[in-house]
Amino acid sequence: MSRLSTSICIGLVLVGVGLMAILNLSTAAGAPLHVPTYAISLVGKYLSYAILALAVDLVWGYGGILSLGHAAFFALGGYAMGMYLLREIGPRGVYGNALLPDFMVFLNYKALPWYWNGFNHPAFAMAMAVIVPALVALIFGYFAFRSRVSGVYLSIITQALTYALLLAFFRNDMGFGGNNGMTDFKDIFGLPLQADSTRVGLLVATAIALCLCLLVARYVVTSRFGQVLIAVRDSESRTRFLGYRPESYKLFVFVLSAIMAGIGGALYVPQVGIINPGEFSPANSIEAVIWVAVGGRGTLVGAVLGAVLVNAGKTFFTGAFPEFWLFALGFLFILVTLLLPKGVLGLLQKKTGGRV
Amino acid sequence: MGWGSDPEGDVMVSIHRLLAVLLVSLPLLATSPARADDAPDPFIGLASQNFDIVANAISALAVSGHPQAAATIAAIEADNLYVDAAGDGAPLILIKQGDSYIDARTGQKASDINEDDVDSVRVNNAVRRAIEAAKGGLDLFAADADTRQKAAEKVFTSHDPAALPLLARAIAAEKDAGAKRAMQQAQAASLLAGDGGSDAERVAAVAILRLRGDVEAKSLLQSLHDQSKPVAAAIAAATSSLARIEQLWSVLQSVFYGISLGSVLLLAAAGLAITFGVMGVINMAHGEMVMLGAYTTFMVQEVIRTHAPGLFGASLFIAVPLAFLVSGIAGILIERCMIRFLYGRPLETLLASWGLSLILQQGVRSIFGSSNREVGTPEWMSGAVQWGGLVITWNRLTIIVFAVIVIAALMAVMRGTSLGLRMRAVTQNRRMAAAMGIRTPWIDALTFGLGSGVAGMAGVALSQIDNVSPNLGQGYIIDSFMVVVFGGVGNLWGTVVSAMTLGIVNKFLEPFAGAVLGKIVVLIALILFIQRKPRGMFPLKGRAVEQ
Repeated sequence: MSRLSTSICIGLVLVGVGLMAILNLSTAAGAPLHVPTYAISLVGKYLSYAILALAVDLVWGYGGILSLGHAAFFALGGYAMGMYLLREIGPRGVYGNALLPDFMVFLNYKALPWYWNGFNHPAFAMAMAVIVPALVALIFGYFAFRSRVSGVYLSIITQALTYALLLAFFRNDMGFGGNNGMTDFKDIFGLPLQADSTRVGLLVATAIALCLCLLVARYVVTSRFGQVLIAVRDSESRTRFLGYRPESYKLFVFVLSAIMAGIGGALYVPQVGIINPGEFSPANSIEAVIWVAVGGRGTLVGAVLGAVLVNAGKTFFTGAFPEFWLFALGFLFILVTLLLPKGVLGLLQKKTGGRV
Repeated sequence: MGWGSDPEGDVMVSIHRLLAVLLVSLPLLATSPARADDAPDPFIGLASQNFDIVANAISALAVSGHPQAAATIAAIEADNLYVDAAGDGAPLILIKQGDSYIDARTGQKASDINEDDVDSVRVNNAVRRAIEAAKGGLDLFAADADTRQKAAEKVFTSHDPAALPLLARAIAAEKDAGAKRAMQQAQAASLLAGDGGSDAERVAAVAILRLRGDVEAKSLLQSLHDQSKPVAAAIAAATSSLARIEQLWSVLQSVFYGISLGSVLLLAAAGLAITFGVMGVINMAHGEMVMLGAYTTFMVQEVIRTHAPGLFGASLFIAVPLAFLVSGIAGILIERCMIRFLYGRPLETLLASWGLSLILQQGVRSIFGSSNREVGTPEWMSGAVQWGGLVITWNRLTIIVFAVIVIAALMAVMRGTSLGLRMRAVTQNRRMAAAMGIRTPWIDALTFGLGSGVAGMAGVALSQIDNVSPNLGQGYIIDSFMVVVFGGVGNLWGTVVSAMTLGIVNKFLEPFAGAVLGKIVVLIALILFIQRKPRGMFPLKGRAVEQ
């Protein structure tokens, strides 16, 4: 059943994105079926969020680890991409400095901080977008799982982690643009970021990345490894007594999930055009959790569905009734946890007799 | 400042001049006014056209002990002093009073004054400084002990050796202990600043300054060079001891700031120590309970401002019980309508209460607007008191005291009342408690209400030091959880110790790392600490823990 829903999901994403791409590029603006470029970027943003939701579902739905700091990995990936995009600007910045990004000139930096070296190479930056979140997750997870911090305690310290990163990235001395973050990007891989074709390309790349992540996640949770992981989620002690090492399973899935979140973040930044410390705020991480809860925890496809649904709702509400978005989101949290413990997908499965 | 420099220098120079004159005329001070006739007339200089002579005359007058000195100097300051040089003898010095004149020397009404012969005494900056200094010298003998003490402090700051005889006389006559001490300190400073006095006297003076122990005393001691051996040794000992004292004060100041921050954390976390610590409910809307308390304070003050402005000083006392009720009732409602369906599902509780916090924030934003609301500080809470090297602001001190009261009350409720007994029974063994006839659902609701109410009271305190905005609670939620987890869940004492530890550590890190980095360091240290001791500093022992 979940195989069917995964296939449907991948099919929908690819066909939908493909259609949007064709309609955007092949029709002129104003034509009846034209898809405007802002819609392309908007959907691209949703799909980046969907990758983050997938990452959260992997640890929460299958590992039982409620991470309230997953947006931190997303933002770290985003910052790696942002650093590359800033270096790509080169001498075309406001201050015309070939080496230093604008904010560094503004803040009187004399030389590029050492950790900015290499980010002018796209391949290095892309690698970092994955490696940095993975490393943070590895170190954090290693200590946390080894000492068997679990349940709400783990949730609270993941939240503290992203909060600490939030405070750190707000500091100008960190060399990541402080309060303002990074923006005014111009090119990606030598292609102008504002061009329709680049935008469509990014959307297609995001869709493909999402599908790949979905397949990887599905492979992981249906494998033997995944079975043990679910056992850990349901009864950690019992699994331990059976001779498994729950901490290794949790650590692996935590790092994998951080990698996915980093990919999502790296794809998110060029499409929205800005990354700032606000992405680290604990509220963002909790919102990502609710996407998963809305779609259906522990279903993978539900996470994708939830992320797209909630964010589409957010776009609609913040445009039409900005006052009511937080009310709507708040009630969504309460109603889903109280009435829809299995999310929208659970509801669908009930209605269709478990076929989807 | 080198003394004896340019006479137009500043007030200090004028003080020097005053004191120089004093030395000459000192014997007069002790004498009765009757003998003043023998002395040179201090008033004569006032008639001069030369500002310097006028200034000197003012200084001389100030120390002459003349009964009319104060009135005359005051008259110059008020531009009421006139000179009539028409007569044959010494020019008349007149104080204008309404349309008539008073002879400044005698205080008697002066008759037959021809308005055409009268010139006012003109004043320039040098004269004004002389007036200021003269008033200072007069103040050493003022009737009011406070004024005398302040005058002595002024001499301490100028520490002019010329002041010594005057000080000796003032000390001999002084009855007030505080003023006397200040004069002795001024005497010691003046003695050390000059070359006079035996080694023994100078060492004694160093001891007095050492006893005074403040920054001024230290910098004065440090400025002394080329002293004889025993004096130099005493100075070296005194400065190093003063440096230690100064360090001690700065440590104490950090501790005070730390305790102050700790009590803020404690207030914010106290309610959570009940709902999370005792009940095990992850209430992410806890910060919003605090916010409700702060807005209750705002409402109370609004009503008082419009209806009974006289009550403003008491507004916080009215706000505290109201905030407890508002947040407490909100808490009971939340427990009855939401939390109770989620017992045993902590992660879902977390999410639902987060949703609730969003709704409450947006609700408050819709009603009160998103900008900060003005909550006033009552008179009795503003200002600061200096205690040794410590600066203690009243609002910080009030919050510390308030935190102590709140915690004491909370502990009294938990340990001393039947409600507290039931609460503890239900959290320790729910089924057994139910079997004993305790209505567990009600106890759950009341416990949650109590925790929320305490959060509301914290909001009253936080409204005094933080911006009252819909985001008020957000800033405290992570800190509060950290405090409770660090202290050990379910342990009120642990929460107290943990809040104070975090507050003090934070304040000690700040000078080295800066406020933000200090906070980051504390957060990371906490994350590491939880790895080592997942149940906090003071974990509960026993079977109840394992649930």
